Amino acid sequence: MSRPLVPISTPCEGAVGKTGFWRTFRPVIDRSRCVRCLLCWLYCPEGAIVRTEDDDVVVNYDYCKGCGICANECPRGAISMVREG
Amino acid sequence: MARLAVLAGNYAVAHAVKLCRPHVIAAYPITPQTSIVEKIAEFVERRELDAKYIRVESEHSAMAALIGASAAGARTFTATSSQGLLYMHEAVWAAAGARLPIVMAVVTRAIFPPWSIWTDHSDLLAQRDTGWIIAMAEDNQEAFDLVIQAYRIAEDEGVLLPVMVGLDAFLLSHTATPVELLSQEEVDGFLPPRRSFSFLLDVERPVTMGNVAFPDHYMEFRYMIEEAMRRAREVIRRVDEEYRELTGRCYGGLVERYRCGGADVVVVLMGAWAGDAKECVDRLWEEGYRVGVARLRFVRPFPCEELRELCAGRRAVIVVDRSASFGSAGVLFTEVSSALQQLSVTVRGFVAGLGGRDVGAEDFEVMVKRVYSDLEEGRTESGAEWYGVRKEVVGCR
Amino acid sequence: MPLTVKSLPREEYLLPGNASCPGCPAALGLRMLGKALEGKAILVVPASCTSIIQGPYPRTSVRLPLLNVIFASAAATASGIAAALEALGKKGVHVVCWCGDGGTVDIGLQALSGAAERGDNILYICYDNEAYMNTGIQRSGSTPYGAWTTTTVLGKRRHKKNMPKIMAAHDLPYVATASIGYPLDFVEKVRRAVRHRGLKYIHLLAPCPVGWRFPPSKTIEMGRLAVLTGMWPLYEVEEGEFRLTGPSRALLDKGRRRPVAEYVRAQGRFAHLTDEDIRELERYVDRLWEDIRRMLSS
Repeated sequence: MSRPLVPISTPCEGAVGKTGFWRTFRPVIDRSRCVRCLLCWLYCPEGAIVRTEDDDVVVNYDYCKGCGICANECPRGAISMVREG
Repeated sequence: MARLAVLAGNYAVAHAVKLCRPHVIAAYPITPQTSIVEKIAEFVERRELDAKYIRVESEHSAMAALIGASAAGARTFTATSSQGLLYMHEAVWAAAGARLPIVMAVVTRAIFPPWSIWTDHSDLLAQRDTGWIIAMAEDNQEAFDLVIQAYRIAEDEGVLLPVMVGLDAFLLSHTATPVELLSQEEVDGFLPPRRSFSFLLDVERPVTMGNVAFPDHYMEFRYMIEEAMRRAREVIRRVDEEYRELTGRCYGGLVERYRCGGADVVVVLMGAWAGDAKECVDRLWEEGYRVGVARLRFVRPFPCEELRELCAGRRAVIVVDRSASFGSAGVLFTEVSSALQQLSVTVRGFVAGLGGRDVGAEDFEVMVKRVYSDLEEGRTESGAEWYGVRKEVVGCR
Repeated sequence: MPLTVKSLPREEYLLPGNASCPGCPAALGLRMLGKALEGKAILVVPASCTSIIQGPYPRTSVRLPLLNVIFASAAATASGIAAALEALGKKGVHVVCWCGDGGTVDIGLQALSGAAERGDNILYICYDNEAYMNTGIQRSGSTPYGAWTTTTVLGKRRHKKNMPKIMAAHDLPYVATASIGYPLDFVEKVRRAVRHRGLKYIHLLAPCPVGWRFPPSKTIEMGRLAVLTGMWPLYEVEEGEFRLTGPSRALLDKGRRRPVAEYVRAQGRFAHLTDEDIRELERYVDRLWEDIRRMLSS
């Protein structure tokens, strides 16, 4: 691929690497309490909560920075922040 | 079919711009460039030019708007002078770094304080490090021609650098002389169809321009500007030749040579006063002096090769600067000296004509004769001085 | 039909693994912006947190065409892009400035006011984290009274510039305030804005955990609290018609507003505030709402 003349960058996940390394706490979803309201998907600034085909939510731990917004906002208390081992 | 018109330099530029069909023009007033953008406004409002005309609120915004427009694939134009050019300096760097083929006319004007609306070349030369190709006209015809050539050069796939075309305040901008205008067909044939490539327009394959580049990447982008400048030298020469085929006018590429054949001394300078230098030189040949003029049409890329070839074997090279780099010497003097350092030729520099101080053929005669007399008396050292400073005003001892 | 979480597009336009801080409101705002316009946007981004959030060359986290630009120039650059699109007959894509508060109310004000006066067809969004956060929390014209920043170490003694009001004075087709605490409201406002031609302005409050000193898990909560205390009214001015939106509709009644002290005590940047300072902020809120009352009655 020829080098572009101008600094032009192409979109990709992990532009600064696997930001999951930044975490001190990780969100854990309790499936028994989750009602799939998708608010955690809405509020995650990283887009690290993935909305599946059937509107389920899965945490992408490669990139989740552990901010805890999802746990704080979940109306069912279905997400807890667990210290990384 | 070409036609002749009597036009002030600014109007010659405006007509050239009209013929080049830019899509987007940014306009902000500053003396003595204003009549360029006013004339273009008339063209646009009378629908003689189909362009978007953005009446920006500052020169910094003028260049920013053109960066946006050019990045989106438009052909663009603006004009400025002096303080306006200085104000947009940050954006001038950005345009070159983003490799956008913007064309700008600069009606060269002295810098504040104190206020001066008259010509010198400080504003133009203050842009020399930015990556722009920088040209300067001697007369209104060349100002017209250079604008058209500028688009050709800028948009060349091997160049893709913005071009600024300088013309002296009032001496050219507001002085009417006959100018041969090209026809629309001739200019359409001479310029490439404006590329519609733009890195901004593809929403399916989006890209980002200009995000952070760490030290292991940044330098190469700057090197590529340098490579483009190298290629530009050849493109400039080729375009000048092709322009001759179209119009019969050819200026000599990066440097115009006047009566240098057999000359002992060559006067190097740029701008409208080259006309006075040529007049002086004509008189001097009659008196037995053998002096030629090398007029820099382009100061970026700097014509090192041409100057080395031209100045080899001469007794002296006289560089007359209409600008000064304080704490050093005239800008052109420094650059010419550097280009000629391998040659053992005397290089004498004169800073003259700042703030529109008049410099005529008789002044060039004084400078040339001073150098001749120094050479006769064995003083062959290179050096620079200021010409025509009124010592009684500055209270020099 | 009101927007729901489920009806938000699934496509992501801000990709994960970017350089934003944990809990970053700007990142969420950008994520929402992409969904609001479904990718049909050319972004103009001046120096700001977003410049860094993208990540370094040759990669970027943003899946929208994006032009990084010099600090003062966002609105002017966008005007140029809009003019080019028109000249080239390219339709169906919006030109959007995505700028911080510094790049809007301070260094970017001239270009923005110029573009507004000209009515250039762009959407300008200011994401306001109330300081120059990218360079390490220096005060901007948008920093509120009393806030600690590195250049107002004892607390800023001037109130926040009322930027949405300044923009409304330009007679624009659409001006709105929004808060990251109400992301769907923000998305709706973006969509409503782009139905108009001319310059549209949205001022998005973006509480920054790092600069405001609160835990990153509270970003959304802080965005809501700003609105519920009346510190940050949510409104639109559409074709000259002023209307409050969301929870702000109920807050003309001072008794319905949560205490300013609750907002202040939740943020470390206000840790040194005295009771007198808090009263000053309460007076500020009162003035904001008197002004709103006047606009509603006129």
